[in-house]
Amino acid sequence: MTRAQPPETQTGTPAVEPSELLLLRDVRKTFPGVVANDGVTMAVRAGEVHALLGENGAGKTTLMNVLYGIHQPDSGEIWLRGRQVRIRSPRDALALGIGMVPQHFLLVRRHTVAENVALGLPGPGFIAPARQIEPRIRELADRYGLSVDPRAHIWQLSPSEQQRVEIVKALIRGARLLILDEPTSVLTPQEARGLFEVLRRMKLEGQAVIFISHKLDEVAEIADRVTVMRKGRGVATLPVAETDRHSLARLMVGRDVEFRLRRSARAPDGEAIAVEDLVARNDRGLPALRGISLSVQRGEILGIAGVAGNGQRELVEVITGLRPSTGGRVKVLGRDVTNLSARAVHLAGVAHVPEDRMRMGIVPGMSVAENLVLRDYRHPPFSRGPVMNRQAMGEFARRMISEYEIVTPGPATPTRLLSGGNIQKLILGRELSGQPDVIVAAHPTSGLDVSAAEQIHRLLLKRREEGAAVLLVSEDLDEILALSDRIAVLLSGEIVGVVDTAKSDRERIGLLMMGQRQ
Amino acid sequence: MKRLGPFRVERVLVPSGAWVLTVSLGAVAAALVAAGMIFWAFGINPLRAYAMIFAGTLADRRAAPEILRQATPLLLGGLGLVLAFRAQFWNIGAEGQLLAGAVAATGVALFTPIPAPWLLPAMFVAGFLGGALWGMLPTLLRLKLEVNEVVSTLMMNYVALFSVEWLIHGPWKGKTAFGFAYTDTFPEAARLALIPGTRVHWPTLVLGIALAGALAFFLGRARLGFEIRVLGENPVAARYAGIDPVRTILLAMVFSAGAAGLAGVGEVAGIHHKLLAPGQVSLGYGYAAIIVAWLARGSPLAAIITALFLGLIYSSGDVMKVTLQMPFRVTDVFNGLILFFLIGSERLLNYRLRWAPGGRPVETADA
Amino acid sequence: MLEWVLTAIVRALAVSTPLLWASLGEIYAERSGVINLGVEGMMILGALSAFVVAQVTGYPVAGLLAAAAAGGLAALLHAFVSVTLRANQYVSGLALTMLGLGLAGVLGRGWEGTPLLNTLPEISWLTYMGLLLAAGLWLVLHHTRMGMVIRSTGESPAAADALGVNVYLVRYLCVVFGGVLAGVAGGFLSVAYRPSWTEGMTAGLGWIAIAITIFAGWDPLRAVAGAFLFGALFHLSFRLQAWIQPEALRMMPFAFTILVLAATAGRRRGQGAPEALGLPYASGER
Repeated sequence: MTRAQPPETQTGTPAVEPSELLLLRDVRKTFPGVVANDGVTMAVRAGEVHALLGENGAGKTTLMNVLYGIHQPDSGEIWLRGRQVRIRSPRDALALGIGMVPQHFLLVRRHTVAENVALGLPGPGFIAPARQIEPRIRELADRYGLSVDPRAHIWQLSPSEQQRVEIVKALIRGARLLILDEPTSVLTPQEARGLFEVLRRMKLEGQAVIFISHKLDEVAEIADRVTVMRKGRGVATLPVAETDRHSLARLMVGRDVEFRLRRSARAPDGEAIAVEDLVARNDRGLPALRGISLSVQRGEILGIAGVAGNGQRELVEVITGLRPSTGGRVKVLGRDVTNLSARAVHLAGVAHVPEDRMRMGIVPGMSVAENLVLRDYRHPPFSRGPVMNRQAMGEFARRMISEYEIVTPGPATPTRLLSGGNIQKLILGRELSGQPDVIVAAHPTSGLDVSAAEQIHRLLLKRREEGAAVLLVSEDLDEILALSDRIAVLLSGEIVGVVDTAKSDRERIGLLMMGQRQ
Repeated sequence: MKRLGPFRVERVLVPSGAWVLTVSLGAVAAALVAAGMIFWAFGINPLRAYAMIFAGTLADRRAAPEILRQATPLLLGGLGLVLAFRAQFWNIGAEGQLLAGAVAATGVALFTPIPAPWLLPAMFVAGFLGGALWGMLPTLLRLKLEVNEVVSTLMMNYVALFSVEWLIHGPWKGKTAFGFAYTDTFPEAARLALIPGTRVHWPTLVLGIALAGALAFFLGRARLGFEIRVLGENPVAARYAGIDPVRTILLAMVFSAGAAGLAGVGEVAGIHHKLLAPGQVSLGYGYAAIIVAWLARGSPLAAIITALFLGLIYSSGDVMKVTLQMPFRVTDVFNGLILFFLIGSERLLNYRLRWAPGGRPVETADA
Repeated sequence: MLEWVLTAIVRALAVSTPLLWASLGEIYAERSGVINLGVEGMMILGALSAFVVAQVTGYPVAGLLAAAAAGGLAALLHAFVSVTLRANQYVSGLALTMLGLGLAGVLGRGWEGTPLLNTLPEISWLTYMGLLLAAGLWLVLHHTRMGMVIRSTGESPAAADALGVNVYLVRYLCVVFGGVLAGVAGGFLSVAYRPSWTEGMTAGLGWIAIAITIFAGWDPLRAVAGAFLFGALFHLSFRLQAWIQPEALRMMPFAFTILVLAATAGRRRGQGAPEALGLPYASGER
């Protein structure tokens, strides 16, 4: 960590305001093939909640990783309390009073809360460090309104509680500036409000918060100022009071954004998916689905709303044959497919766009053509008996590449070289190519930028027009509202309400997600 | 992106074939240099040593075929491991599977009344099955109980080793054995033909080459080969694709262990014509096959070349034993060094050197 | 009768000593997230170094120190390849075992057959030290800051890294520590248990130590029980030689290992492997 006086040689050096806690100036960071941060300048004041807004891929997380010492910038300066600093590692950042609550928690699942908090803490306590730190944890919890049991094991905690552990970890190390990366992505609206309370208390203590988000509503609610990033650049910094949703959205995307895609009214046309009293367990043997019943008609999109961890993953896996159910039935197009294999369910006419495209949807090292036949390779024309037909695969691949506008050098390219959006298009092309009547799409646009997401949405809507039934699972309430005809809210393994999209709004759905049944 | 003198170091997602080859050769070269240093510590001039090795193996018309002879079991075992590794099944038990195949072949040769010309094919079939069976237990343990296959296959090696010892000292002890332990000699019909003037039992070698071609075709074009590749690369996607991991890995291991068994048949039917001490039936071929497969980077056809290379190392071991008075174990030193440097150099595959003398670093952004 | 039992216990303890030392070292290495399959190679290098140095200097303890150094050095190589180069840890360990066995065979030429004059008794302070070590290592692992850091590094290196723990350093230290103990284990063989040098004298003990690590649930205290169990088994197989052919008996420990691995495989809760075991970790890349 070097400390230097502001250089005199630079002309027009902006004077550092006394209340300015942090200044990132002209930060540039590149990775192989991509410029993540292209000269970003951002200032944060003490006692404020500063939102960092941008869509996926805008560079927000990279910028904060630079601030937190995970990445080293190619160029640019970091000024903290009027002095320039070098942050070479999270250790430096923590020493400087910068803490981070990451989007994917970095907690040791097997250990207790106290052990996680105590890890890496300097100070006395060679023996039983976890025990020694408990009083401090409780004290912090009281002061900020974070209730957490120091002796609980991480795997026993809900995402909201785990997030509190992360916050305690940072606060106990004296963080004066806390970075929160998409913190509400794992919270219900109620839990999010609890978090905002905590942030307000931090403001009162004179601490600063950088709140990374792509959700405009939250930014409006909690932030004092907002910096908008787009494609690696800082586009504007404004007080939140002086702007509105539409202007922010325009800054984020660079053009006017339609908040609702046009969806034609369509009369549903016969039941395609029928789920009756479905019961299933999660990976840890705990009940995940407690008697789910729902139905999706042909020509309709049913959105499953709810924060992750309420059974969505298990629901998708049971319906698509990747997880056994312990009770109830699943019927597709009139056929009982309960507990059939994934292959059998697929043959029954169900397409599955999986939640984790890299881990489940493709084999990254194999070619585009091979991935395109990942589900149907057994059938002609791709296979003749035990031998595969490469020529047919190649033709099919070329057709898919052009039809779905997949950007790739060719059908033989290893799939992992494609961008996220193109991989998703590949998966969609593969799943939709057989004109399936039933589509189960889980988080189909997560991690994609707006234009790719729009393409995916258009494809789904098109299939809906053509009479397919779509079960859409997403954490993005905007996406659910935009695409679904009806919305079912999943909470703790049960459907707590099904509403017509036309007759509801975010508030109502948020209430359902919290458990207030209608 | 950094600079290294006149070169630019860049990260690459998919290394080119030429680069993979360069790095592999570099690793082998580094291993040879390291081995040279060991020679030097032993009081031998490394250059003189390598010269002698060359003279005694490649340059010697009588000794050169030994390379082929040593390469034969290495090729068969290595092909089996190529397949197992592609399925992400870490079969370290090729040594034991080889011995199992040898035992099976011996049993057929000595104790069944099968007449020529059916005897040799029967021996090969038996050897394949013997090896396959020997690999089954660890496979099932992994598939059903998630027992780590590295330790279990390795343990099976030791069990096989002592089983052979037991057989040749006990129930199968030959009538003519006095000081040493071995079985009776095989009948004429159970002996493989040799290339005249050499010890190369060419039917096994031809089998190995044919198998290499078949495996290459299988991996590239067969449905099961596709399934094995998907399963090995991404088990989650395999489940999604409806691939049954149990069936797929079982089949892959049947072949993998069976191939090692075939190697064992070759050794007893082609070289020794009896079952003898395990350390003589297999000179560590099962372990060296790991290197054959690894160096071939998953390609069955490349395994032919890497098997020849390892065969060269083994022949060099013979030369070193005779001319340099080094124990034959020195081949393990070479093998270990090569594997070690291969592993150590894999990180290099993710980088690429670009010739860019002088000038400022150029933009890399092409997003 | 009592004498028989006492002898059995003594012999079992003797064989269990190298097994315990080696598996304790491996437990620490694996707890930090690095799997070391080179234990057999490190043991044999330790055995050779101990024998040679003890023979030359006349001090068996000097031999043990040399063994520790040899094991530690070999482990340093493994750590470099596994942690810094982030290569495949399984193959790296295997390569080192191959290399170690070969190197010991080559360098040990000429030392075979010479008896060692100053030796250590079979049940020497090494055995007791092993037991104390197990207790101490258990205490450190579960009740101290250092142990918590080590465990965190093996469960979630990313979490530890983000809190300023030097994951690389912790892993290096644990792997080298494992090698040192493996070396001493080998030294015990050539200086106390069977004071001599024979090529391949470790006879697979290193692999059994790795297996003990697994069914001890990565716990130092349970490793004591595991090592003793195998020690007893070795002794038993020796005793049965009067009735069963020796070759068949020699396979007993290895067959038994498979049996125990299968029998203990069902356990899940709390006794599983460290989550990040065998996975290379790159700081900052997520």
